Amino acid sequence: MFAAENGLKGDPRLQAISDAIRVVPHFPKQGIMFQDITTLLLDHKAFKDTVDIFVDRYRDMGVSVVAGVEARGFMFGPSIALAIGAKFVPLRKPKKLPGEVIAEAYELEYGTDCLEMHVEAVHPGERAIVIDDLVATGGTLSAAIRLLERVGAEVVECACVIGLREVQGQRRLDGKPLYILVEPREVDGCY
Amino acid sequence: MSAYRDKDPRIHGIQSKIRVVPDFPKPGIMFQDITTLLLDPKAFKDTVDLFVERYKGKNISVVAGIEARGFIFGPPIALEIGAKFVPLRKPKKLPGKVISEEYVLEYGRDCLQMHVGAVEPGERALVVDDLIATGGTLCAAMNLLERVGAEVVECACVIELPDLKGRERLNGKPLYVLVESH
Repeated sequence: MFAAENGLKGDPRLQAISDAIRVVPHFPKQGIMFQDITTLLLDHKAFKDTVDIFVDRYRDMGVSVVAGVEARGFMFGPSIALAIGAKFVPLRKPKKLPGEVIAEAYELEYGTDCLEMHVEAVHPGERAIVIDDLVATGGTLSAAIRLLERVGAEVVECACVIGLREVQGQRRLDGKPLYILVEPREVDGCY
Repeated sequence: MSAYRDKDPRIHGIQSKIRVVPDFPKPGIMFQDITTLLLDPKAFKDTVDLFVERYKGKNISVVAGIEARGFIFGPPIALEIGAKFVPLRKPKKLPGKVISEEYVLEYGRDCLQMHVGAVEPGERALVVDDLIATGGTLCAAMNLLERVGAEVVECACVIELPDLKGRERLNGKPLYVLVESH
């Protein structure tokens, strides 16, 4: 569900967040309009507003785990975790985490990839959110949900700054609520 | 300079939460795992607070974080001190026009990239990573920032491995760390 439909309709912060995201055509390949959040990170107010919107939503939901998907989920997740008093759990590409891990495969357009989590990071019954910069097909988020559920956590919601067309209109991903701040833009006037 | 020597009472708690994993990624390496620090909200907050207290009000407008663990500590610091966050990434990850800096690994070379236009000449910058070992990556990061005319005020890491003498590779730039591991 988009934030604008869920209590933040007309919130000027959302427009500023959307405007701060740069669209890079044909990256990483022809036809893809890449939604670049690095320009959002350069805009202190818009970056802070992004974090604040998520913090306001999750601070009273009893969330003890913020799981962030490598690598752009790392840019948003820790600040949210710190503000709501939760732990931050990085979900990483294979062979990066040094301790005992569980792994979950997911599909790419061509081939598969894998997400890993430290087994002792999350305890059964903990309430978790998953954070990433963008949701496209939902494959990565689904893998993240499975990792957390395998250790007995309850995934309360998946949170992304940007949600692509494929998920527009879907309020849930694998039965989990999905909370998205902005839609992608097609093209930038300036770039 | 190490906060450890300053004996801030928060340091002991932070150090106790860092897990050492032997023989990762290969035999003989004692890997300093900060993920266990991130599981302790108070210790993680103390870590960020120590950096924020040092850098707030010093007119620093850029916090550059090194992929990927620099992305965990850098943004909270940037947000608290009113600076922008600039990710320094492995090749082919950043979508826009980039500048690249190569650096030497134990075996072979690697490369760090930064978006052109993210940092402007004259800006005062920090470089943040979880750990400094040989200093090769931090050195590449500093070079990227200096090439676009920024002033690197300090490098900031949670952990230093002093035996690897990374501090000496920083061309005289100050290094601030919270804990040392021998």
